Amino acid sequence: MLLRLFLSIAMIIFSAQASARLEILITEGVNTARPIAVIPFKWLGEGEKPGQFSDIIAADLQRSGQFSPLPLNQMPNTPSNSIGLNYSLWHKMGIEALLMGEVSPAPEAGKYIVTYELVDVVTGNANVADYSPVLESRRGTVTKTQLRRFAHRISDVAYENLTGEKGAFLTRIAYIAVDRKSSHPYQLRISDYDGYGEKLILRSKQPIMSPSWSPDGRKLAYVSFEQRHSQIYIQDLYSQKRELMTSFPKINGSPSWSPDGKSLAIVLSKEGQPEVYTLDTQSKALRRITHNRAIDTEPSWSPDGNSLIFTSTRGGRPQIYQVDLRSKVTKRLTWEGDLNLGGTITPDGASLVLVSRHDGNYKIAAQDLASGELRTLTNTHLDESPSVAPNGSMIIYSTVYKGRQGLALVSMDGRFKANIPAQSGEVKSPAWSPFLK
Amino acid sequence: MNPSIISKSLLIALPLLALSACSSNSDTDSAAMEANKAAMEQAAMEQQAAAESNIETDGIQAIELTEEELMAKRYSDAILEKIIQFDFDTAMIKPEFTSILDAHAEFLVNNPEEKVTIEGHTDEKGTPEYNIALGERRAMSVSVYLENMGVLPSQISVVSYGEEKPLNFGHAEASWSDNRRAELVY
Repeated sequence: MLLRLFLSIAMIIFSAQASARLEILITEGVNTARPIAVIPFKWLGEGEKPGQFSDIIAADLQRSGQFSPLPLNQMPNTPSNSIGLNYSLWHKMGIEALLMGEVSPAPEAGKYIVTYELVDVVTGNANVADYSPVLESRRGTVTKTQLRRFAHRISDVAYENLTGEKGAFLTRIAYIAVDRKSSHPYQLRISDYDGYGEKLILRSKQPIMSPSWSPDGRKLAYVSFEQRHSQIYIQDLYSQKRELMTSFPKINGSPSWSPDGKSLAIVLSKEGQPEVYTLDTQSKALRRITHNRAIDTEPSWSPDGNSLIFTSTRGGRPQIYQVDLRSKVTKRLTWEGDLNLGGTITPDGASLVLVSRHDGNYKIAAQDLASGELRTLTNTHLDESPSVAPNGSMIIYSTVYKGRQGLALVSMDGRFKANIPAQSGEVKSPAWSPFLK
Repeated sequence: MNPSIISKSLLIALPLLALSACSSNSDTDSAAMEANKAAMEQAAMEQQAAAESNIETDGIQAIELTEEELMAKRYSDAILEKIIQFDFDTAMIKPEFTSILDAHAEFLVNNPEEKVTIEGHTDEKGTPEYNIALGERRAMSVSVYLENMGVLPSQISVVSYGEEKPLNFGHAEASWSDNRRAELVY
C-alpha cells in the first residue's frame, strides 16, 4: 500500500518546461507615471551580448504602474555610466531618472560582471557640489542563467530608491492551469511574476486548488482531489517532497500559511458545517477557531499573525469577518455591496482586498480598514482569488477576459491594469510569493 | 382450499376421468392402453423421420432488457437521471427533482449493499473556496433527502468539487445553470 502510494505520487510529480506561458499585456496605464529612461546596458566583451537587461528592467518598472520608461528611439544618446553625463539633454525631455550599466565577461568562464548606476536628472542638471546625482552605483557577478533574475534585482533597487518602497520584481506566482485536452488536466505551476521561467509542480487527473506560499517561499500548501476527495498537502518546491497534512471526511480546504510559517489556517467540515481551524504543521495539532451553524471559510492571516480574516454566511449573505486568535472575539468588517468574499489584508495592515459583488458583478475591491471606505478596482465582472504582492503595490487575480479564464493585475489604486492571458487552456487561483531574497 | 392445490388435483383427476369414460372393463382397458401407447410411439418416430428430411424448425431469442430498461421498469424512468439542478447560491431541492431522488432512494433501500457518492457542484461565480462550501451544501441536502427516504447513512458519501468540474465550460448564464448541480455517482 505504502509502495503504491509512493509510486502514484512519483508519477504525478515532476518538473518540466511548460507550454502555457503567461505574458503580461497592459490594458490601462497611468498618465501620471513618472518619466524615466532605462538605457541599454553596454556590452564590453567579444561576440554577442549575453542578454538585454534594459528591456527586462523597463518592463518591470512600467508594470509597476509608477513609471513610464522612454522608448529607445526617443533617447538622445545611450550613456553607460555617469562620467561626463549630459544631464540637461534628459532634463529638457522631462526625464526624472536614468538607469544605465555595463556588462563585461568575468575572469571566470561563463560569468559576467554587471555594473549599473541610477542617477537623478534634476540634481545632476542643477550641478550643486554637495549633492551627488548618483542614487545607486552597484556591481554584481552572475552566471548566464542568473542574468534575468539579476535584472529583476536591479529593478527592485531602482524601484525602492525612487519610491521609498520595496520592489516586488524578484517574486514568483503559483497558479492552477486547466488544460482539458491533457491526460492530467489540472496543473499546479509556478513562474516568475512576469510569466517567465514557468515550471510544472504537480499535475493530476483531479482538481488542485488554493495554492498558498510558505513565508520563506520554499513550499506550497494546496488542496488535491487525487484520492477523489479533498486533502491538504504541503510540497517542497526544491526537493519535490510532498507531505499529506489533512484527509478528514468532507471538506479539507483553503490552506493559508501563517506569517511565522508554523501553522496553516484551514477549513474542515468534519463536524458538520465548514469551520475554520489552525493546524500546527509539525505536531499536526488542530485548533478549532469558529463555531457556527453557517459557512465559515477562506481564512487568511493578518500580517501580525494575531487574527484571521474569513468569509462567513452567519449574517445571511457571505461577508468578511475578523477573529482574534487569542480572545476569539469576532467582528464583521464588510457592510457594502450585495456580498463580499475572499478577503486578505495588505502587508501594511491598512487595507482589506476582497471580491465584492455589486449588481451581480464580482469585482476586486479594496477597503480602507480605518475609514471602512470600499473602492472597486476592476472593470471585469467574474473576478476571484485576489493575491497581493509582498510590497502591497499590486494585486493579481483571476477573471474571465474575452471568454476565457485567465490572470490579471491591478495596482492598489486601481489605475494600472494588465491582463495575463495563457497561451493555451485556462488559468486560475494565483498566489503571489513572498519576497525571495 | 388453496387454488393451486385445486388445480394440481384436477391435473391428476382429469386424465383418470377421461380414461374411465372411454373404457368398458379393466382387461380391454389395459390392452387398449398398450395398443395406444405403441401407436403413439410409432407416430412419433415417423414424425421425427419426416421432420429430419422435409421440415426445419428454429427458435428465437427471448427479448432481454438492458440493465437501464430493467431499472426503469422497476423504479420508473427517473432512476436514469443522475443530475439534480439548483438555483443560484442555494442548496434547496426543487420539486421537479424529487421524483428522481425518490427513485434512487427506493433503489438504495431495496439494495442496502449499494453505495452512492453525491458530488456537489457550483457555477464559477464567487470564489473557489466559498463554492466548495456551497457545493457541499447541495450534496448534503441531497444526502438528507435520501436519508429521510430510508437510505442508510453508510450507503452515502459526499464530496464537493465546487466550481472545479463544470459540466459546461462556457462563461455565461446558460453554462452556469448546467453547472449548479449535484450528481449521483454509483
